Amino acid sequence: MELGLSLSVVLFVLGLVGVLVRRNLIMMLMSLEVMLNATGLAFIVAGSRWGQADGQIMFLLILTLAAAEVGVGLGLALQIFHRFHTLDADSMNEMKG
Amino acid sequence: MNVVELLGWVPLIPFLGFLVLVLFRRQLSKPLVSWVGVGSVGLSGLLAALIGTEFLKGTMQPYHLALGDWIAIDNLIVPFGMYLDALSLTMLFIVTGVGFLIHIYSAGFMDSDLGYTRFFAYMNLFVAAMLVLVLADNLVLLYLGWEGVGLGSYLLIGFWYEDPNNGYAARKAFVMTRIGDTAMVLGLFLLFTQLHTFDIQFLMFRVTSQWTPGTLLPVAAAALLLGGAVGKSAQLPLQSWLPDAMAGPTPVSALIHAATMVTAGVYLIARTHALFMMAPSVQFAVAVLGAITLLMASCSAIVQTDIKRILAYSTISQIGYMFLALGVGAWSSAIFHLLTHAFFKALLFLAAGAVIFCFHHEHNIFKMGGLRKAMPLAFWSFMIGSASLSALPFTSGFYSKHDILLATFEVSPVLWAAGCLGALLTAIYSFRLVFVVFFGKNCPVVEKSLGWQMSLPLILLSVLALFGGMLTIPLDSVFPVLFGNAHTFNLVSFITVTAPFIGLLLAVLFYLTGTFSAQGLANSQGLKRIHRFFVSGWGMDALYDTLVLHPFKVLTELNKNDAVDCLYTSIAFISRKGHLMISASQTGQIRWYASSMVLGTVVVIAIGWLS
Repeated sequence: MELGLSLSVVLFVLGLVGVLVRRNLIMMLMSLEVMLNATGLAFIVAGSRWGQADGQIMFLLILTLAAAEVGVGLGLALQIFHRFHTLDADSMNEMKG
Repeated sequence: MNVVELLGWVPLIPFLGFLVLVLFRRQLSKPLVSWVGVGSVGLSGLLAALIGTEFLKGTMQPYHLALGDWIAIDNLIVPFGMYLDALSLTMLFIVTGVGFLIHIYSAGFMDSDLGYTRFFAYMNLFVAAMLVLVLADNLVLLYLGWEGVGLGSYLLIGFWYEDPNNGYAARKAFVMTRIGDTAMVLGLFLLFTQLHTFDIQFLMFRVTSQWTPGTLLPVAAAALLLGGAVGKSAQLPLQSWLPDAMAGPTPVSALIHAATMVTAGVYLIARTHALFMMAPSVQFAVAVLGAITLLMASCSAIVQTDIKRILAYSTISQIGYMFLALGVGAWSSAIFHLLTHAFFKALLFLAAGAVIFCFHHEHNIFKMGGLRKAMPLAFWSFMIGSASLSALPFTSGFYSKHDILLATFEVSPVLWAAGCLGALLTAIYSFRLVFVVFFGKNCPVVEKSLGWQMSLPLILLSVLALFGGMLTIPLDSVFPVLFGNAHTFNLVSFITVTAPFIGLLLAVLFYLTGTFSAQGLANSQGLKRIHRFFVSGWGMDALYDTLVLHPFKVLTELNKNDAVDCLYTSIAFISRKGHLMISASQTGQIRWYASSMVLGTVVVIAIGWLS
């Protein structure tokens, strides 16, 4: 039980660090997937602990969400690459106050 | 029906004249304008004369006329009330009589002026306000007239408004008299809160019955009223507006700044003499102020070169004599001098106006000279006026000034000596003016001639200035008599009579025969600065510049960025700075946004956890 939750926390932090330190958009999307799956894991573990199906239902929801997110995210990444010929997040900083 | 009941029409007719001239100024033809302008004052004068004869024939009981209420709030009731006694009748005669003559004169003097209608409208307004002032039976109505003449004076000084200097002079007169008026209003408030009435007769009765002489209340009330009188009558320390007021047309100077309005202060003190007698210290201050003012003004008059400024300073000086008389309790003599002064000063101003008129608006007396042959009427008017002004025997000024000086001697020999010195100086400056303007070698040719409108008033006023001393005004019914009229021959009256002759002799030696040179005297080392000092009117303007104007300017400089506005500008400043700070955090870096979101979440969770 504790191991499962610990794994999910480690995965979540790894994904978060990946989002913050990676500059490539594809890598950032992948890190986001890691974070989503970490939360999914936490729900599964919690569901099995309480013996209820809610956790698995929640995981299905997250899975759908992740699929949609990846679909939109990759589409955006494709458009950005078409326009700027790069996937470096730091170089796309024209919208500033 | 008794003609006295028509008293209300006396101020009303000039006011109607003013309204007609203002409302129909485009429709009226020029002759009609003069008929309305001069005629309204003439009609009012005729009515005043009828009322006066009726009054003098009767028992001379004061007549009281109520025309309705002006203000009625709770126990504050201010009626349009007229009060006629010997004092207001005398003033009535001066205002309508001298005013009428000056109006006739103006019809000739202003003939070629573009603002003909405007001029007569203002003049009628002024006369109406002055009549309200002298006839009012309560202090509030008196104050209405008081401010009305102030307004008329302002409008007429700045009559030729194209020149900014005239507008400046008008504003100066208005603002400086306003200082006195403020004191006067405070005096009115004090009297009303203490005695609960504005009616002058009730007020004087309550003053004498409810207050004790010399205590704080009568002294404060009298001092505040004196403030108003000092402002209006151009006495120390508020006298410096009058010489500048000469910027107006000459008939205006004659009517307002010599004959009538500036004597309003004298009238006010005489009207409320019971109050001043309850405050002996203030009454003595009146005398001292008068004596100092008359000396200062005569010193300044001796060194002026502008013909109208000489006469302006001499007016200040003569009103100083009236204040001196009021201060020593010679009430009737003060009013008598007011009367004779109105005659001879109006005469002098009108004659000066005739000279200026024929000299293409030249004011400098040293650019004139030798006018005796060219303008005999102006010359003789000036001679009579100057003789009367310097109180040479058997002219009208002699009788009044002699009375004043003898009465002064009984109270204070020092003030008497000042008065005699003033009389000597008066003779010097008035005959200096005559000798410089009318005698001398060069004989200029005068193209313009005076019409009958200008000649007639000069002749009539000359007669009045010569024989006005014979008039006896029954003022004993109004004032307490303090001095006997016995004219015994002694050293005091001898000196009083001879003082003007010494002045005349000096004027002859300096300016007629040229035995001494005034120019040389003025240029000598020590006297040069005194000369400059006198020319500037004893530096009063410079004094006010440093005392009032300069500190005021410094304050305004300090307050240039409004102190009150600081609050609002700081609000704007803070929000602009905050906006800059927040917009600086919008870097466009997506990773920066993500980091801040994480940070925010961590903080929120930490708060939730710790609390």
